[in-house]
Amino acid sequence: MEFAFTEREEMLRKAVREFAEAEIPPKMEAMEETGEFPMDLLKPMAQVGITGIITLPEFGGVGMGYVARTIVLEELGRVCAAFPMALQVHHMACAALNDFGTEDQKKTYLPALAAGETMGVVAVTEPSGGSDLVGTKTTAQLKGDKYILNGRKCFITNSHLSDFWIVIAKTGEGAKGLSAFIVDKDTPGAKLGRKENKFGLRGANTGELVFDNCEVSKENLIGQEGQGLTVALKTISETGRTGMAATALGILQAVYEEAGKFANERVLYGKPISTLQAIQFFMAEIYTQLDLCRLLNYRANWMKDQNMRCDTETGMAKYYTCNAAVEAAKKAIEIHGSYGIMKEYAIQRLFRDAMVTVPAGGTAEVAKIGIGRAALAPFKK
Amino acid sequence: MLQEGTIMNKIIVCVKPVPDPKHWNKVSMDPETKTLKREGIPNIINPLDKYALEAALALRESHGGEVVLLSMAPPFAKTTIREGLAMGADRAVLLSDRVFAGSDSLATAKILAAGCRLIGDFDIVLCGNLSIDGSTAQICSQLAEMLDIPNVMHVVGLEESTESNLVITQKIENGYVRLASGFPVVLSVRKELNKPRYIPFTGILAAESKEITMLSNKDLCVDPECVGLAGSPTKMAGLEVRKFERKKEKLEGTVNDIVEKLVEKIYQCGVIEC
Repeated sequence: MEFAFTEREEMLRKAVREFAEAEIPPKMEAMEETGEFPMDLLKPMAQVGITGIITLPEFGGVGMGYVARTIVLEELGRVCAAFPMALQVHHMACAALNDFGTEDQKKTYLPALAAGETMGVVAVTEPSGGSDLVGTKTTAQLKGDKYILNGRKCFITNSHLSDFWIVIAKTGEGAKGLSAFIVDKDTPGAKLGRKENKFGLRGANTGELVFDNCEVSKENLIGQEGQGLTVALKTISETGRTGMAATALGILQAVYEEAGKFANERVLYGKPISTLQAIQFFMAEIYTQLDLCRLLNYRANWMKDQNMRCDTETGMAKYYTCNAAVEAAKKAIEIHGSYGIMKEYAIQRLFRDAMVTVPAGGTAEVAKIGIGRAALAPFKK
Repeated sequence: MLQEGTIMNKIIVCVKPVPDPKHWNKVSMDPETKTLKREGIPNIINPLDKYALEAALALRESHGGEVVLLSMAPPFAKTTIREGLAMGADRAVLLSDRVFAGSDSLATAKILAAGCRLIGDFDIVLCGNLSIDGSTAQICSQLAEMLDIPNVMHVVGLEESTESNLVITQKIENGYVRLASGFPVVLSVRKELNKPRYIPFTGILAAESKEITMLSNKDLCVDPECVGLAGSPTKMAGLEVRKFERKKEKLEGTVNDIVEKLVEKIYQCGVIEC
């Protein structure tokens, strides 16, 4: 069993950290104030390889896999979690096209995504929720050689930043009644809805997509008609959950660093508060959570890279890391005392960001349904 | 920079692995050897050397040629050197030998000069102006002297020229000088010159198959008496770790006496003017 990162992975971490620490902080104040993602960094990120990390080289990517992607997202999240939030959804679009797209679709869309010409979007959630996929209300009715889409998608990450969206819509009934489509944003009947005003991950764009008799060519169908549930579940499970978990892991690392720094600098009773056992216990808990989550994340992504089934493991990584990030941020705020709730201190932003990762990309409860099933499988008679 | 169509020969970039400034709080001094104790401190490429490498890569993109990294360091420095290969250098030469240990800037320059001669056929040797650990800023001039070629320090610009030579902008006190130079030449650069590229992920993959040639003094044949501690004229006279403490003084007497003395001291310190 090998727990150490390879020299390649260590260099990757160093490279991303250098980029993130230099390029992201100057953008963060505006991101918090305006809720806008700094699109001017998309091309520089593409030049480094961030946007195309899982895309194969023949489609303009780097093809370094999911452990590498987790390193990238964790490092970006350590500086500003809105970045991995936006990019992990971008990667979901890459994965959906890579796994289910035709050669033509891959050649048309994957290089543009890798080159940072546009952001990727996967639109599943609707006003009625995102967990009940079979209950999707957006319809796609086949008329001649076109599908006519009608409906509304909400809480869609990167909604207003992309030239095309991958949309799950209803083409029939039941589990086999869903299909996935590529919808170019300029298609008549495709409209941008409202932009959401979130309290955390503020720099990541979230909004609505509206389809009003939107005509989509049959060629834009991803996979087969009726394969939409598979497209959505595989993409969410393997790329979405791991992406959200890696985002939370980056937050957790930042929480640990902020808490440790403050505990060592803040002097009470003539000594840094890090010398107090109460603070040491808080730090021990945060440190343990960080380590646990790191192991869960990298194990799940290693399994994905080995082409092993990993839905249980990605579910565990997602639900546990996102909750741990919130718990750790809360403890870190307690270490900070009243400073922890002041806008001048990063820890309040980390708490807000961590909270947003909990419902995003699938709730803990939905993940636990799958984990529970796996846990009980050996005892099934 | 050069006339269009000019093809360059090799460009050597000297790179030095130095302790990462983020971990400088862990660096301590060895009172016996009077050297830095670097155990457990991660290394990075000396930041200014990255500006030199960026300049070399830009020259190669315009005029071809081969970018060769040159470093004198222990064998473990290979990991750090590989970062330069990931940035885009073609290959690296690592000069590593126990006899080099403890070399000062003069001895280091002798070793690097031998390395340059062994690589051969170079047009430019690029260095960072100074390293963040030693900060002597002597290597560039010493290296040029030993190679018997010109050198320019404080380079902040490499510009277009109508002739087959480099037009260099050099920062001097209170201004700039523009110089034209033929080849070969040793240049040391300041950070105003460019913005080093980030390591591209494709570069990380490509670096794994790039060659790092390890050379010892058997290959370089430098007189062992001229390198290492023995060959270094710089001798550390003493070593003092500065302690910064607040000055403390206890004032004695009655309350009135203490207040009077305190006010007097405040005036003496210049906090309040009379």
